Amino acid sequence: MAITAARPATRPTGSLSVREGITRQYDYWLTVYKRTWRGGVANSFVTPLFYVLAMGVLLGGFIDVDPDRLEGATSYLAFIVPGLVAAHAMTIAVSETTYPVMGAIKWHKTFFAQLATPLAVRDLVNAFLCFVVFRIASACAVFMLVLAPFGVFETWWGPILAWVSQVLVGSAFATLAFGYSARLRSEEGFGLLFRLGVLPLTLFSGAFFPIANLGPVLEWVARLTPLWHGVSLSRMLCLDTVDWSLAALNAGILVVLCLVGWRWAVTGLDKRLEV
Amino acid sequence: MISARGLRKSFGDFEAVKGIDVEVRRGEAFGFLGPNGAGKSSTMRMIASVSPVSSGELRILGMDPATDGPAIRGRLGVCPQEDTLDNELSVFDNLYIYGRYFGIDRATCRDRAHELLEFAQITDKAKAKVENLSGGMKRRLTIARSLINSPDLLLLDEPTTGLDPQARHVLWDQLFRLKQAGVTLVITTHYMDEAEQLCDRLVVMDKGLIAAEGSPRELIDAHSTREVAELRFGVGEHEALAEKVEDLGERVEVLPDRLLVYSDKGEEVVTAVLERGLQPIATLVRRSTLEDVFLRLTGRSLAD
Repeated sequence: MAITAARPATRPTGSLSVREGITRQYDYWLTVYKRTWRGGVANSFVTPLFYVLAMGVLLGGFIDVDPDRLEGATSYLAFIVPGLVAAHAMTIAVSETTYPVMGAIKWHKTFFAQLATPLAVRDLVNAFLCFVVFRIASACAVFMLVLAPFGVFETWWGPILAWVSQVLVGSAFATLAFGYSARLRSEEGFGLLFRLGVLPLTLFSGAFFPIANLGPVLEWVARLTPLWHGVSLSRMLCLDTVDWSLAALNAGILVVLCLVGWRWAVTGLDKRLEV
Repeated sequence: MISARGLRKSFGDFEAVKGIDVEVRRGEAFGFLGPNGAGKSSTMRMIASVSPVSSGELRILGMDPATDGPAIRGRLGVCPQEDTLDNELSVFDNLYIYGRYFGIDRATCRDRAHELLEFAQITDKAKAKVENLSGGMKRRLTIARSLINSPDLLLLDEPTTGLDPQARHVLWDQLFRLKQAGVTLVITTHYMDEAEQLCDRLVVMDKGLIAAEGSPRELIDAHSTREVAELRFGVGEHEALAEKVEDLGERVEVLPDRLLVYSDKGEEVVTAVLERGLQPIATLVRRSTLEDVFLRLTGRSLAD
């Protein structure tokens, strides 16, 4: 054995199963949750509720258009809610995988401490993302429950599937943003991500108005954004206007993004933590 | 426990470790002594199985870190140079949660955490946040954390750097107790007194290579005289005066602030210096230390 720098092809001795790798970190993430859930409540539930009241109820009160022009929604509130929750899933995903990831690398060195144990980079990414997905799922679930009495959902099952689609779009963004953060040397890159990524996506991916209003070219640009696929799925399911072939395409793209993002996150962190 | 042959580590064009051979046996306290940048920490990270070996052969506990990393890490305790404690967690949780990473069940983790708090003498701080601990307490907690899995091999990278003398002695005492309990210790340090106190055997590292190997006593006997006479003259006079005392010892080293005359009979050197009409501001006769060994082998002091 002369050169051993190359990664072994087989699974290392003593490496953990995916489940074991995650459950060993359960207690850690539980204490993180216990410490931070109060702050999360404001961000996850209160802020979006303000949006719904201001944009959906108050601003929406001035909007009276044909449901055909609102993708089948009977009111502007009903139109805006599914998109808002999907955009909200993205915002939580990105905020949970930017500063916290950089912190665990640069400021608190949590990842370095964890890597000195049998845990591997893959295990760290998995547990981290599980926690973020839990955050997204719980925030979106509460949001949807709060909105149910407003009469914005057409069926009982649609909102449940819509919730799954919101978690899916959130997960896609979580993995991608994790990969981005793992490669970033300075936190200045986060400003860029929020201003040129999250904000324009929130505004122009069909959450607040039908993307048909953008004109033919920009409409297609909007269709290429990951958030639009989540908004489209979430809205079709909430309003019971599902085009199943489009839904399959939306879901398929989001699943692919999750997988690509996960890989991007693991390779990014692996490279970053190698010393 | 550890066996390295021609071990190398490079970062791009820079070679931090340039081919070293090391053998660490069960139950011994083994040291890597050298100045900052000698390649000690890079070697430690390879041994800790978190940094891939660039070339050469390395076996830890009979296993290969490239293929058995998780299995090796499960049996190691690592006390890194920089504290990686979780400042947001309590002292107790730092131990408990770390134990869970090793797959230790919750009840055992709790018992073990309490035992280790006692060992580290921080039981009364169990519920305190880590950020409120003193530097010495943080170090002790880091060492306690590295023991949570009852490791076969404990790696300590600069364990007492940045601690005040009292905190260092408390820590040394704990490392002695571990050694007596049969834990194999591998320590890096740039403090020669620490190496002399703690290590049964050590290697002196310089610029990525091993300059010498042996027990502290053997190294001193082989590379230095029994005693050293330190002569302090006025500022800037040392270089010129060196040749006037050259014949009094086996060797003379010129440092910026003093001359070191190596001889088995230090007092006789001082007497002879005074007889020659030289008037040092201060003189000191002491035993040779690893610092002298290092100076002899590399021409530089450890603090450089």
